[in-house]
Amino acid sequence: MTDLLANLGLGFAVALSLQNVTLCFLGCLVGTLIGVLPGVGPIATIAMLLPITFGLDPVGALIMLAGIYYGAQYGGSTTAILVNIPGEATSVVTTLDGHQMARQGRAGVALGIAAIGSFFAGTVATLLIAALGAPLTRLALIFGPAEYFALMVMGLAFAVVLAHGSVLKAVAMILVGILLAAVGTDLETGQERMTFGLAFLTDGIDFSVLAMGLFGVAEILRNLDQTETREIARARIGRLLPSLADLRQAAPATLRGTAIGAILGILPGNGAVLGPFAAYTVEKRLARDPSRFGRGAIEGVAGPESANNAGAQTAFIPLLTLGIPPNAVMALMVGAMTIHGIVPGPGVMTKNPNLFWGMIASMWIGNLMLLVINLPLVGIWVRLLKVPYRLMFPAILMFCAIGIYSINSLPTDVMLIAAFGVFGYGLIKFGFEPAPMLLGFVLGKLMEEYLRRALTLSRGDALVFLERPVSAVLFLVAFTILAAALLPSLRRGRDAVFTEA
Amino acid sequence: MRRALAIGLLSALAAIGAAADTYPQRPITMVVPFAAGGPTDVVARIVAEPMSRALGQQVVIENVTGAGGTTGITRASQASPDGYTIMMGHMGTHGAAPALFKGLKYDPAKSFDPVGLAAGTPIVIVAKKGFPAQDLKGFIEVLKARGPAINQAHAGVGSVSHSTGVLFNSQTGAKPTLVVYRGTGPALNDLMADQVDFMTDQIVNVAPQIAGGTIKAYAIATAERSPSLPDVPTTKEAGLPGYEVSAWNAVFAPKGLPADVRAKLVAALDTALKDPATTKRILELGGTVPKEAEAGPVALQALVEREVARWTPVLRSAVETNP
Repeated sequence: MTDLLANLGLGFAVALSLQNVTLCFLGCLVGTLIGVLPGVGPIATIAMLLPITFGLDPVGALIMLAGIYYGAQYGGSTTAILVNIPGEATSVVTTLDGHQMARQGRAGVALGIAAIGSFFAGTVATLLIAALGAPLTRLALIFGPAEYFALMVMGLAFAVVLAHGSVLKAVAMILVGILLAAVGTDLETGQERMTFGLAFLTDGIDFSVLAMGLFGVAEILRNLDQTETREIARARIGRLLPSLADLRQAAPATLRGTAIGAILGILPGNGAVLGPFAAYTVEKRLARDPSRFGRGAIEGVAGPESANNAGAQTAFIPLLTLGIPPNAVMALMVGAMTIHGIVPGPGVMTKNPNLFWGMIASMWIGNLMLLVINLPLVGIWVRLLKVPYRLMFPAILMFCAIGIYSINSLPTDVMLIAAFGVFGYGLIKFGFEPAPMLLGFVLGKLMEEYLRRALTLSRGDALVFLERPVSAVLFLVAFTILAAALLPSLRRGRDAVFTEA
Repeated sequence: MRRALAIGLLSALAAIGAAADTYPQRPITMVVPFAAGGPTDVVARIVAEPMSRALGQQVVIENVTGAGGTTGITRASQASPDGYTIMMGHMGTHGAAPALFKGLKYDPAKSFDPVGLAAGTPIVIVAKKGFPAQDLKGFIEVLKARGPAINQAHAGVGSVSHSTGVLFNSQTGAKPTLVVYRGTGPALNDLMADQVDFMTDQIVNVAPQIAGGTIKAYAIATAERSPSLPDVPTTKEAGLPGYEVSAWNAVFAPKGLPADVRAKLVAALDTALKDPATTKRILELGGTVPKEAEAGPVALQALVEREVARWTPVLRSAVETNP
């Protein structure tokens, strides 16, 4: 305990130097801005800003880059809520209820609750990293391929619950998502699958391309054919900050979301992606009236947003303690560290205590700054809804195009957004929801990989999934969720099955 | 109108003439065919900074990823050879690629004007902490005795860990089961967690784990020991002299560079690599800086030809036997 306090003291001494506080603030500000711009993500920004950090000392540079990362997580929810475009896989769920709240004139409340929930989650996660970072590392090592596969199956069970319309349509969408994930070069044999010989499909479809097309472009197309409703949507703005009643309603969801997100964030195999989905499922299951979900339920924003931010923070654990990056942004952080002469690995904590504890302290400071930056900005963001659509839509499209190009510098990605936009518009018209499809897409890729790896290691013995205790438990949970989701609707008879809500 | 056009044309021509004399006039793009933050990207960024100072213009990194790095190299090879687009090629893109990608749109030995080798990152043979062998000889004996019961991790067909791992197996006669990962990060994680038995990978990825004692190293595949891992013997010392591999990174330009532009780029890279701060950074990563005989375009051209000849037979047979 005294050790922890001494370490945190060292951390705050490092992080509170004028230079580092300024860098942290800059990082958070830049992160928020790029998070808000649809399309421009943290990966492109960090890559662009890397050369600037050459002149800084490593601690300051990493504090700034980390600020960009979690700042972007904050900003990403703003776009998800206001214009229904998830910037990253983790903010897909926020669009479900967050954007509905915005359309009901509660955009300010949604943004406020997202910011407060994220701050709470960030604080808890920072404490968790500081107190238990090293022992938690072991969790990462318990999870082998079989456990990950079971986790992903559980994730797909969540996807069924996610849908608030027809279960059958949701399952269909998940399958389409998994099929889309199978496009590209097969990892094991190097053979191309479903690429039609097109060079730009050899590496598969990028998540951002799919998300921006299905949500961003499709949303714009949909708005274009609904002239009457859009006037109402932007005329009402309502309260800017959540009321006490809102806070009370969101508090339990925030707590649960934080716990779920923090645990999944530690897993190096991109487990953090599942956090918001899992949190949303839990909230919908626990709610007295699940039909409110998908229609602007505040818990549907608070839970996933807390999970998202908690996961973003705890994702630093495998990086700082093992030197293993759990996602693409963290891989970039590894690059940034190595450029600065610090090779991340098990030795960082003892060899560079300044860096380790300074970064942890700066995370909390950064979260506080984000709250300070974001709460006053809520008023400005909400006013963005008043911008006439003839100005806003071209701007969104332009940012999407620039953003997607900045990721891989591939012009074909820009064309793919347009194609998925039209596809997404068709889906909306026929009453299919894009969210389960995106989850199927994210999980499909991982699932296939882990399934094949687990079976390679077990020499083809499928029982491995039941023999390993963690994997067996996860399968049981998945089965229970599915049964709970399907049984009531089955009992209600055939007619009700296909239009649940 | 016609006169204005003629004047415009003339001044444009004059500008082109001037540009050739005073290259570079604007920032230079260096295409890195791998994701930002990876070993090649790190080397590119370390070298680009002093190169910018030597050239008096910013060398901007552009990451164009895909298809084992061949997407970025293909695109850069088709850019105009004016010195404003250069690229960081790699053992994979300029050595292994012809064996792995059938429709490759460039020839590593013919489609480029080589500028020079930038840095090498030696390959290390690593195994899980509890692997029952004391040294490389014992390790190879266990591999041979247990055959497919051994699990070897690699980061996907075309990756450095795959090519060098396949070469290791063909030289030692080991026939382990290959377990594929998306990137070296998850592969190392499973090596630490005892899910897989061994892999071969770049020193920059594995050195911190070896130092931290979470995995163990049997040998480093260079002629000399690395200052980052002074206790790890070379493959020659440990009894496998033929296995000398390095994931080298080198600067190339599209074919047809004007001679003066090429000379300026070669000089800039040379200045960059002689800068002690740059050398220090590369050495800290466990990398190697090219020696006198390895530096410059002629040596690089020879290296590319040697590497293509070395990888093609090994990888062709490995890919063909893969179901």
